[in-house]
Amino acid sequence: MGTTETGILSGRLSPVEYEKNFSDLHPPLDGHEALVAADRCYFCYDAPCMTACPTSIDIPLFIRQISTGNPIGSANTIFDQNILGGMCARVCPTETLCEQACVRNEAEHRPVEIGRLQRYAADIAMRENRQFYQRAEPSGKSIAVIGAGPAGLACAHRLAVKGHDVTIYDAREKAGGLNEYGIATYKAVDDFAQAEVDYVLAIGGIEIRNRQMLGRDFSLADMLAKHDAVFLGLGLAGVNALRAEGETAEGVEDAVDFIAALRQSQTRADIAIGRRVVVLGGGMTAVDAAVQAKLLGAEEVTICYRRGKEHMNASEFEQDLAAAKGVTIRHWLQPKRIIARDGRVAGIELDYTTIADGRLTTTGETGVITADHVLKAIGQTFEADGLGIITLQSGRIVVDGEGRTSLDRVWAGGDCVLGGEDLTVSAVAQGRDAAESINHVLAAASQPAVAVA
Amino acid sequence: MADLRNNFVGIKSPNPFWLASAPPTDKAYNVERAFKAGWGGVVWKTLGEEGPPVVNVNGPRYGAIWGADRRLLGLNNIELITDRDLYTNLREMKQVKMNWPDRALIASIMVPCEENAWKSILPLVEETGADGIELNFGCPHGMSERGMGAAVGQVPEYIEMVVRWCKQYTRMPVITKLTPNIADIRKPARAAKSGGTDAVSLINTINSITSVNLDTFSPEPSINGKGSHGGYCGPAVKPIALNMVAEIARDPETHGLPISGIGGITTWRDAAEFLVLGAGNVQVCTAAMTYGFKIVQEMISGLSDWMDAKGHRDLDDICGRAVPNVSDWQYLNLNYIAKAKIDQDSCIKCGRCHIACEDTSHQAITQFVDGVRRFEVMEDECVGCNLCVNVCPVQDCITMVGLEPGMLDERTGKTVDPNYANWTTHPNNPMARQAAE
Repeated sequence: MGTTETGILSGRLSPVEYEKNFSDLHPPLDGHEALVAADRCYFCYDAPCMTACPTSIDIPLFIRQISTGNPIGSANTIFDQNILGGMCARVCPTETLCEQACVRNEAEHRPVEIGRLQRYAADIAMRENRQFYQRAEPSGKSIAVIGAGPAGLACAHRLAVKGHDVTIYDAREKAGGLNEYGIATYKAVDDFAQAEVDYVLAIGGIEIRNRQMLGRDFSLADMLAKHDAVFLGLGLAGVNALRAEGETAEGVEDAVDFIAALRQSQTRADIAIGRRVVVLGGGMTAVDAAVQAKLLGAEEVTICYRRGKEHMNASEFEQDLAAAKGVTIRHWLQPKRIIARDGRVAGIELDYTTIADGRLTTTGETGVITADHVLKAIGQTFEADGLGIITLQSGRIVVDGEGRTSLDRVWAGGDCVLGGEDLTVSAVAQGRDAAESINHVLAAASQPAVAVA
Repeated sequence: MADLRNNFVGIKSPNPFWLASAPPTDKAYNVERAFKAGWGGVVWKTLGEEGPPVVNVNGPRYGAIWGADRRLLGLNNIELITDRDLYTNLREMKQVKMNWPDRALIASIMVPCEENAWKSILPLVEETGADGIELNFGCPHGMSERGMGAAVGQVPEYIEMVVRWCKQYTRMPVITKLTPNIADIRKPARAAKSGGTDAVSLINTINSITSVNLDTFSPEPSINGKGSHGGYCGPAVKPIALNMVAEIARDPETHGLPISGIGGITTWRDAAEFLVLGAGNVQVCTAAMTYGFKIVQEMISGLSDWMDAKGHRDLDDICGRAVPNVSDWQYLNLNYIAKAKIDQDSCIKCGRCHIACEDTSHQAITQFVDGVRRFEVMEDECVGCNLCVNVCPVQDCITMVGLEPGMLDERTGKTVDPNYANWTTHPNNPMARQAAE
């Protein structure tokens, strides 16, 4: 058992415990399990699961290919629509997407395990490094992709397939974006994000430049001068402030930084965690942070969310996972003040909240939770540095149905665009579709004018 | 509780479930276990003539096809008749019959088509106290190459001849087991009857290759890279067997000839279907080989409970009850009109009925109604073919509903005629036109 000493400490657990706690959340299906799971698919016509998938993967077909002993063909079906199908199989909230739409729910309340089947096929193809796409004849065009996250990678891959040269600029040390830095460790074990980046880049024609930040190292205008088109696949670099007294106390940390540090850690033993942890927020980030805090050996972990259960962005499955791991989720609590002692967090005072006249308001009642570590997961913002006069709305880039921004030759997709769903799979769909649009525009521009007599 | 006692050509057993002559009945050990589990009788694995026994291959003997979740649907085998010494088998048969006097014990026999061969083995079998004999004219593999098994069953004259010898040289009831590997099952049945058989049993296994290994290009089961056709059995053959049983049951020349029904019987329901189509009892093999002998308990209770629910007191109440309803196509009532009906409460919206109808049939099922995914039958297009019922994954979600006489058939615009009318008198039938002229 780990130490329960108060304070933010690393090495609370034994190496064996770290290994066990951060192993694969859903172990991969073996061949037999995959066949049994695939047998349950009805091969629906115009399948609801396919409609529910933001990338429209032909799910009945890929599952049928698994059931007939053709996982490579199955992976080809998956990657045709979603080149990051391996990661999406791991991180998609399938319970609110494909698996929620599965017709098996109607009669049995138990969907086909689409996510795990997708992982089964994708993993086999990636393990064997089966590449399904060849580049078209070189187009002579070059495209800048800003951000090497899911949207950027999907866009770059599709552009490379079309024969264009792609340069990806990314601010971080490694490519992958949230796949590398934002996903809970137990959802993408064995450095899967980097393996997937390598798999995507194997198409050729894509160069990645790391530590290149828009607004610091270059501007959008620079990119437009150097390239024929630009795709913006930017993440949300900003973190919302708590705007509560004591926020600067030692022991108050952004959940995204905590999650990123965990992902980059080899042993997890170097990641410090408090004895009593409070996580503020109600989304996937809050759950990922809370569950991992618990897995790092925190004695008590409490998620405090200022609205009700029904308002939480974290899926039902994620909430259940948190509960199963021993996290307490409390609703209708809003941070009022971080209680600090000697400059360090000692607790948090919270206002009880309610909805009055359709607005969130405090009831006047307060409560205190003892804590030595507070993780903020109260939302991220898009920082639009270096974008010039591009049209924004509600702090996000406005795009049309094909991903075109207000600026000529500039497309965008992923978390940075208005109406985004904060989903890896949606980012992939937007990146892919923007690539098709870019290709279309560039091809039209390079058509020789034909004189008709 | 329904009386399941069976009297088949004078052979009594506590229930109508016998194990067919096959690997499960090759020796006392298995048969004792079967009787303990509750089987009413066994047909001992086929005996050959005195002398060195046949040999089997030493590699795989079985091939199979599977349905979802690897449920075994069809099995084939290339095993021959018993490869144990004749006297070992006879000794064990005698002992088992003494131990289980209330159970039926039948000897299956296959010897060369020579009078002396039959004449000499019959007294040996009779001495065991066996209740009857079954003539194996069915095995389609191996033995048929030596002029036995299906090679006899495919020649009605041979069947009649051998049956006659057997009736001449033994007092035991004779059951003639028929091969389905022929064009018209009525011919061998008639021959067996002419020879004086007490009963027929069918079907034996069907010539088959279950699969081919796509790495080695060898048929399965593969013996050192080669395969031979085997005898096919299991749930997949039941429809073929049911039809052949019915053909014999309704043939005026063989009507009333006792039939022991065999072929893919897996549940009580399968067994009941054979019985109502004219079988006096049933024989089971593949189901036992798949799940073990215990399945007979489900068969006994299922049959009994169904009989109780329907008020059938004993097997005589049900045997042959469906035979009068087996008809030639030409006598089917063309004025009967049915339409598919989809129960929206149990529909899971998989769309399989729609695509089956849309792609391969009559375009009679919607995909959307008022923009919402909803599958409804368009009665003005539905010909009542039943394909949607058969492809629907939810039992009883789609049903066929017959239109009452006087109701409008929206497809034809005509009202349903209450009178029976068939093809023989239909105006489109050239033969009927001729007769009218």
